[in-house]
Amino acid sequence: MAKVFIYPTTSLILSDLVARYGHTPLSSAIAIRERVQTAGLESVPLQITPEEPKKGLKWAAVEVPSGVRGRMALYGPMIESCEAAIIINDADLAFGCMGCARTNELIKFLIRQKEVPKIDLNYPKNEEDGVKFVAAIKRFLKGLEGAK
Amino acid sequence: MTEYVPKNPGTITKYIVVESPTVTASELAIHAYEIAEGAMIKETCFGLAINGKEDVVDGLIQKLRAIDPDHIFVKDRGFVPGDPRRCRANLGGARPGFHGIEYETTVLPYVSHGLGELRSRDAEGIPAPQNPLETKKLDVYTLKKLMEAPES
Repeated sequence: MAKVFIYPTTSLILSDLVARYGHTPLSSAIAIRERVQTAGLESVPLQITPEEPKKGLKWAAVEVPSGVRGRMALYGPMIESCEAAIIINDADLAFGCMGCARTNELIKFLIRQKEVPKIDLNYPKNEEDGVKFVAAIKRFLKGLEGAK
Repeated sequence: MTEYVPKNPGTITKYIVVESPTVTASELAIHAYEIAEGAMIKETCFGLAINGKEDVVDGLIQKLRAIDPDHIFVKDRGFVPGDPRRCRANLGGARPGFHGIEYETTVLPYVSHGLGELRSRDAEGIPAPQNPLETKKLDVYTLKKLMEAPES
C-alpha cells in the first residue's frame, strides 16, 4: 500500500480512486484532522497555531507570506512522505488568493522535483475522457508497489 | 488563550457522496442507520458524513459502497459532523469545501461511466489521455500572424 499525494488536496474523485485501488490518499483532511483532534491551546478555526508558519520555513523562505508557510506546514510533510503523486492540472476549484495560489504553485513544484512516480491529468470532459481518465489512474496505481 | 479539548478524539470522519440514478442520499442514510454499529451518521444534501472508530467507519462504508459501487464516492473529512467551526448551521451559506464537492459532482457521471466500462474492459487496452503538460498553447507569433492575415 503506497502513500499517494493528490492534487487538488481536497479532491473527492482522486481520494476515492486512490483508496478504491488499494492505496492511501494523502489529502488535506488528514492533516487538518491531526490538528483538530489534538488537545492544546485553542486557535480557531483550523487549530493552525503560530508554530505552523515556523515549521513552514523548511519549504518556503522567511519573506514568503506566512499564509504560504502555514499551509506548507500541512502539505510539506505529506509531500516528503509520499511515494507517488497524482496531479490534476485544470483544477479550477483549487483557486484562491495569494496564500492558496502560491502554495499550490509550490506544491506542484515540489512534487515535480521529487523523484517518485507521478501522473498529470485533466478532469474528464465527456464519457470517453472518463474511461481514459479512470483507466490511466488504475494503470498507474496498479503499477505501484504494494498494489492490491 | 483558552484550553482546547477536541470532540470525539481518536475517531475519523468520512464523506459519502452519492451521484446515482437509483440510490438517493436518504435511502443510503436509512440503510446506514440500520447497519451502523456505534457510528454517528449525518445525512447531507449530497450523501452522508460518518464519524466513528476507523474500523467501524471503514466496515460501514464497505457495506454501503456495495449498494452501487460505481456511483458512491468516499473522501476523508477533518472535522466531526456538526462541528460549529465548519457546520453551515452556524456559519450561514455553504460550508467551506462544499464548492469543491459541487464542482467535482459535475465530473462524477464521467468517472462513474469509466468505472462501469472498466468492469468489462481491460485498462491496459485503453489509450492514455493527453498529457496536459505536453499540450501546446497558441504562441504569440502565430497569434500575430492570425491577426494580420487578410480577411477573405
